[in-house]
Amino acid sequence: MSFLQIDHVSKSFPNPSGEGQVCIFKDATIKIEKGEFVTVIGHSGCGKSTLLNIIAGLETPTEGGIILNGREASGPGLDRMVVFQNFALMPWMTVFENIALAVRSAYQDWSAAQVTAHVNKYIALVGLKGAENKRPIALSGGMKQRVGLARAFSIEPKVLLLDEPFAQIDALTRGVIQEELIQMWNTSRNTVFMVTHDVDEAILLSDRILLMTNGPEARIAEMVHVSVPRPRSRETVIEHPHYYKIRNHIIHFLVRHAKHGSSEGTASGSSTNGDPVIVNFEQDALATH
Amino acid sequence: MESTNETILPEATSPERVEAPLMLSLQRFLARLSSSTMLRPWGLRARRGAQAQGGGTMAGQAKGNPWFISAFVLVVFLLAWHFFTLRPTFDAVGLTEEQLQLMEFNGDIVRLPDGVYTWNPEKEKVKGIPGPLAVLEKARTELAEAFVKKGTNDHGIGYLVLYTVSRFAAGFLAASVIAIMLGVILGLNKVLFRAANPFIQILKPISPLAWMPLLLYTVKDPKWTAMLVVFMAAVWPTLATTAFGVSSLKKEYLHVAAIVQLSWFKRLFKVILPGAAPTIVNGLRISFGSALVAVVPAEMLLGELGVGYLSWIEWNNLDIAGVIFAILVVGVVGVILDSGFNKLAGLVTYQE
Repeated sequence: MSFLQIDHVSKSFPNPSGEGQVCIFKDATIKIEKGEFVTVIGHSGCGKSTLLNIIAGLETPTEGGIILNGREASGPGLDRMVVFQNFALMPWMTVFENIALAVRSAYQDWSAAQVTAHVNKYIALVGLKGAENKRPIALSGGMKQRVGLARAFSIEPKVLLLDEPFAQIDALTRGVIQEELIQMWNTSRNTVFMVTHDVDEAILLSDRILLMTNGPEARIAEMVHVSVPRPRSRETVIEHPHYYKIRNHIIHFLVRHAKHGSSEGTASGSSTNGDPVIVNFEQDALATH
Repeated sequence: MESTNETILPEATSPERVEAPLMLSLQRFLARLSSSTMLRPWGLRARRGAQAQGGGTMAGQAKGNPWFISAFVLVVFLLAWHFFTLRPTFDAVGLTEEQLQLMEFNGDIVRLPDGVYTWNPEKEKVKGIPGPLAVLEKARTELAEAFVKKGTNDHGIGYLVLYTVSRFAAGFLAASVIAIMLGVILGLNKVLFRAANPFIQILKPISPLAWMPLLLYTVKDPKWTAMLVVFMAAVWPTLATTAFGVSSLKKEYLHVAAIVQLSWFKRLFKVILPGAAPTIVNGLRISFGSALVAVVPAEMLLGELGVGYLSWIEWNNLDIAGVIFAILVVGVVGVILDSGFNKLAGLVTYQE
C-alpha cells in the first residue's frame, strides 16, 4: 500500500448549459510513495487543480477517494497543506501572523514562546528575516510565495500540495525560489504533489511526472520517470543526457493534446485497460545495451 | 485640417481668453492663500488625505493648503449672510406722532425708556432670516446654559446633544451587531442569502420614518420608538453589505482556514470578519449616515428631547435664530461622530 493513494477518482460538474453532468476527469489512480515528489502536467481545464483540491479535501470527488497512510482522507486537514497559486496570504495579517495562524493551529499545546521560535525559524529559512512585521501588500510576488512556502513547511504536513506555486512569479525569481524549495524539501522530505504548466520546473523538482489529456473526461495518459539523479540544480540538470529526452517527450505530448479532442490514437498509444503508459529513459538505455 | 485649426485657435480671441485675466488673478490669490503653511495640523491632514487617494490627484496644486480656501469661503459666506440680512435701524424722521403711535400699537416698534423708537425685537425675530450675529448671540446664550434644566421639556443644549447621541448610539450599535451577525450567516450560506435577498431589497428602501406610526403603536413608548427608528435606518445597509462582503471573500482564505483546522470561533474572528471588514465598514458608513439623518425627524415627530426636538421647538417659538443654531448643532454632532467612526474604520481596513 502506497503512502498516498488517489483511488479511482472522478469528478463531474453539473452541465452549466442544461441537464446532465460534465465529466472533468475520469478514474484517476495515482500511487505516491512516502517522500516522493510527483507532478501533474496538463493543459488548462484538464482538471489538474481540481484533482489537487480533491486531495486537499477542499472539493469532494464524484467517485473514488483519497487514501493517506492507510486511511481515507476526506475533508481538509493539517496533514495535507496547500501552497496556492495566488499565495492566499491574509492581507490583514503580518508575515509572522500568517505563519503563526497555521502553527498555533497545528501545535495547540505549544507555548507562545515555542510558537514564536518556530515561526521565526521558518521565516529565516525562506530568507525573510526582517520582514516579519510586514503585511503582504508590502511584499513582492516572490516574497509572498516564500511566506506561503514557510507557512506550508512550518506545520510539517505529511503531504505538501503545490498548486502552480510559481506561476505568478517573474521568471528570474522563479528559478531562485525553485532552488530554495529543493533545499527545504531535501531536509524535510515531505511527500509532494505538484500541479504545473512549466515543463522545466517539473523536471527540476519531480521524481515522476504525470501527463494528463485534455478534458472533458481527461485521464492520466502517461507517467514519466525523471531519470536525472539528485541533488539537482538548475545549472546541472540541463547537462544530463536524459534532460532533453524527457523535456521533448513531455512537450510532444502536450503539443499532441493541444488540439481539442485529439487524445485518441496518440503515437505512444494508451494501454487498453486505462492504466497510464510508463515512460522511463533509464530503462530504454539499459534495454539498448 | 483639424491640426491647423488647433494651432490657430489659441491666437484668436475667444471668450475664455477675455475672462482669463480675472480668473488668473483669482487663481493666483487663492494659490497664495493656500501655499502658506502657517497652520501645521491642517497641512498635515491634507497631505495624509492626498496619500490616501493614491497621492497627488491634484498634481498642479500639491503644495496648496485647502483649509485656507475653506476659511476664505467661510468668511465670504458669513459676510454675505451678514450684509444680506442686515436691516436698517428704525428711523423716525418723516413720520408723524400718530403714525408712530399706530406702529407701536401694532407692535412693529417699541419705545425705549429714553423716548427713542426702535424696531420691536420680538417681531424682528420673524422678519426675514436672522443674521450671523443674531445666531451667534443665540448660540452664546444657549451654550452658557448648556447643562441647565429649566423644566421638564426645557433642558440645556448639552443635555439635548447627550440625549440625541445616546439614542443614536443605542440604535446604531444594536442595528450593527444584529446586521453583522445576520450578514455573516447570509454571506456564508448562498441559498439563505438568495432566499433572504428579496426581503432585504424590499425593506431597504423604506424610509425609517415610515415605520414610526407602526412602531409607536406596537411599543407604545416614544423613547423606544425613536431608538427603533434609528435601528431601522441603520440595519439594512450593514446587513446587505456584510452579506455581500462575506460571500465575496476570497475562497483561498476560507480554504486556508479549513486546512489549518481553525475552530469556527477563530474562523469567524480571525478570517471571515477581518477579511470582510472593509466591505462591512462601507456598509456601516452608509448606515451611520442614514441613522444620523433619521434621528432628527424622529425626535421632531415624537417630541423626544434632543437636537431634532430643539429645532422643532424653536420653530414653534418662531425663533429662527434658534432653528439655525439647532441645524448647526446637528451638523457639528454629525462631524464629531463621523470622525470618531473614521478612526475606528481605519483600524480594521486593509489593503490588498
